[in-house]
Amino acid sequence: MSTDIRVAAAESQAARPAPITGPEPARPAPAGPRGRARARRRTGTVIAWIALSLIGIVFLYPFVWLVSASFKPRSDVFDNRLIPQTFTWDNYVQVWNEAPLGLWLLNTAIVTVLAAVTVTISSAMVAWGFAYFRFRGRGFLFGLVLATMMLPGAVTMIPTFLIWNALGQVGTLTPLWAGNLFGSAFYIFLLRQFFLGLPRDLFEAARIDGASQWGVFWRIALPLTGPALAVVMVFEVQAVWTDLMRALIYLRDSDTFTIPRGLKSLVDAFGFGGEWHWEIIVTASVITTVPLIIVFFLAQRHIIDGVASTGLKG
Amino acid sequence: MSTATRPATGSEPEPAAQAGPPSGAAPAAVGRERGRRRAHRRNLFSALLFLSPWIVGFLVFTAWPMIYSAYLSLTDYDVINNPEFIGIQNYVDLASDEKLLLALGNTAIFTLLQVPLYVVVSLALALLLDRAGRASGFYRTVFFLPKMTPPVAVGVLFLLLFNGQNGLVNGVLGFFGIDGPSWTTDPAWVKPGLVFMSLWTVGASVIILLAALRNVPKELYESAQLDGAGFWRQSFSVTLPMISPALFFIIVVNTIAGLQTFDEAYTAFFGAGNTTYSNDAALFYVIYLFQQAFEYLHMGYASAMAWLLFVVIMIITAIQLVVSRRLVYYEGDR
Repeated sequence: MSTDIRVAAAESQAARPAPITGPEPARPAPAGPRGRARARRRTGTVIAWIALSLIGIVFLYPFVWLVSASFKPRSDVFDNRLIPQTFTWDNYVQVWNEAPLGLWLLNTAIVTVLAAVTVTISSAMVAWGFAYFRFRGRGFLFGLVLATMMLPGAVTMIPTFLIWNALGQVGTLTPLWAGNLFGSAFYIFLLRQFFLGLPRDLFEAARIDGASQWGVFWRIALPLTGPALAVVMVFEVQAVWTDLMRALIYLRDSDTFTIPRGLKSLVDAFGFGGEWHWEIIVTASVITTVPLIIVFFLAQRHIIDGVASTGLKG
Repeated sequence: MSTATRPATGSEPEPAAQAGPPSGAAPAAVGRERGRRRAHRRNLFSALLFLSPWIVGFLVFTAWPMIYSAYLSLTDYDVINNPEFIGIQNYVDLASDEKLLLALGNTAIFTLLQVPLYVVVSLALALLLDRAGRASGFYRTVFFLPKMTPPVAVGVLFLLLFNGQNGLVNGVLGFFGIDGPSWTTDPAWVKPGLVFMSLWTVGASVIILLAALRNVPKELYESAQLDGAGFWRQSFSVTLPMISPALFFIIVVNTIAGLQTFDEAYTAFFGAGNTTYSNDAALFYVIYLFQQAFEYLHMGYASAMAWLLFVVIMIITAIQLVVSRRLVYYEGDR
């Protein structure tokens, strides 16, 4: 398939807007001698640009609104001004004082690192098992991997909770990442595609030179997989930062909260059931959102190519 | 981050999940049957070692939970006392649970509103991006950005932007002389509001569709033009069939996600001490399931709910697959 993540491998990583994947489509075909069609086409492109710019503003404005509101006193949160009338840092100070934000960030960082590292290594192992080896039942097993992607989380949610409960892990961060030790279907699928695109002779040669099976995987295949591993890592970082359900189920004590769970607790404490302290909730939302946005800009090409490749395999 | 490597050359990546790559048996085994069998066994052993994380995970976190939750759904279980077998009573109770019917209705309305809008909006944006040529990289980023916003924050944004009195959305509507509804408090408008909010995170679908559009071979348009097909004819006879697999993928994935919607609505309407809003209008199926399981500790009943959801999703997906046989065009089959 053409939108291969290998495209990302060939290009250096720069934090500029991602290039257009694939060649520039000249569409509809150049209309030979008729300049009118070409002129009409150019008009169409200009109209598309204008439309995109307007829609783009709609898509970006909530971010701008949120950041701007976080610097406003409560009375002004809804004034819809772009530039705060009275600019204040108080909200940030207040959120920092009201909530154990430092702890939440630390917890989230711990879960993120553990989740991303474990899921990347384990999924790569399994993907390699499916990509490199040939054995009876392989197709069936891989079909099973794909089938688990279709299983709604709700079905396994309760027994999984009971497993962690039996292990005495409810209330700790463990259930938020330890499931990743066993790989994740979507990443296995993604990495297997990538491994299949690598030249097989290389691995055969390494085997003949006496490398162990593990050595071939760990020292030769894996280092070639950098871009795909980056996609998996970033996807997982996003998964942890957006995981509310698990955090609601397993985390009890405010000191163990992750960022999304913490934001929800602030909404509960400063919103429902009394006067809304909008400025706190707005500011906490900014703090929740900004780190992911930064991650996105650091790795946007990987992410976008990764997403683009998911829909192509039908 | 990553080290840039040369793109691999020479070997074809295989598109399908069935076809196997060349044999991975140890190359040393030549000729002698016994050696080959030993090599074969060694090879299987290595393969299983690499697959072992997933096999263990599948047994512990997928297969066992499925079996156990099927059993639990036939019991009365509150985590503290042992499960008590009650046969199909939970399923009987489901049918007469008014809140459950409400949650089912809410979820159905939400999904039926959301999926078509999602598809239309993502397709429109993808077509615009495709048309825009060089500038599309920048806009692609802009459209994808909201997808990186944690759903909790999206739920908060919903409360802020769709605030009935002084939210931004009604401000804009007011500018055009439209008196906006109370999105967050009027039961009739809560679900449409959540649907509109969810359109903000349409980015991933846009990118998938754009990739599909970029994959349509140019020659097809050229020959269509030579045959005298106009813009509309080309759209319906070339573009739509060629991107139909991607469209189908988006419809299926978003239907499954819509039926399990939780985060945004839970953030905005549920949780400790909510006395601000009536949240019946936002009681979606998984929210109710979550409440039954983890707030009331009705683990048996919640398991029955989970299986009902599973069956519903399976049926809907099966229907979509059958319908797609007629409508989706895959290259290579006739």
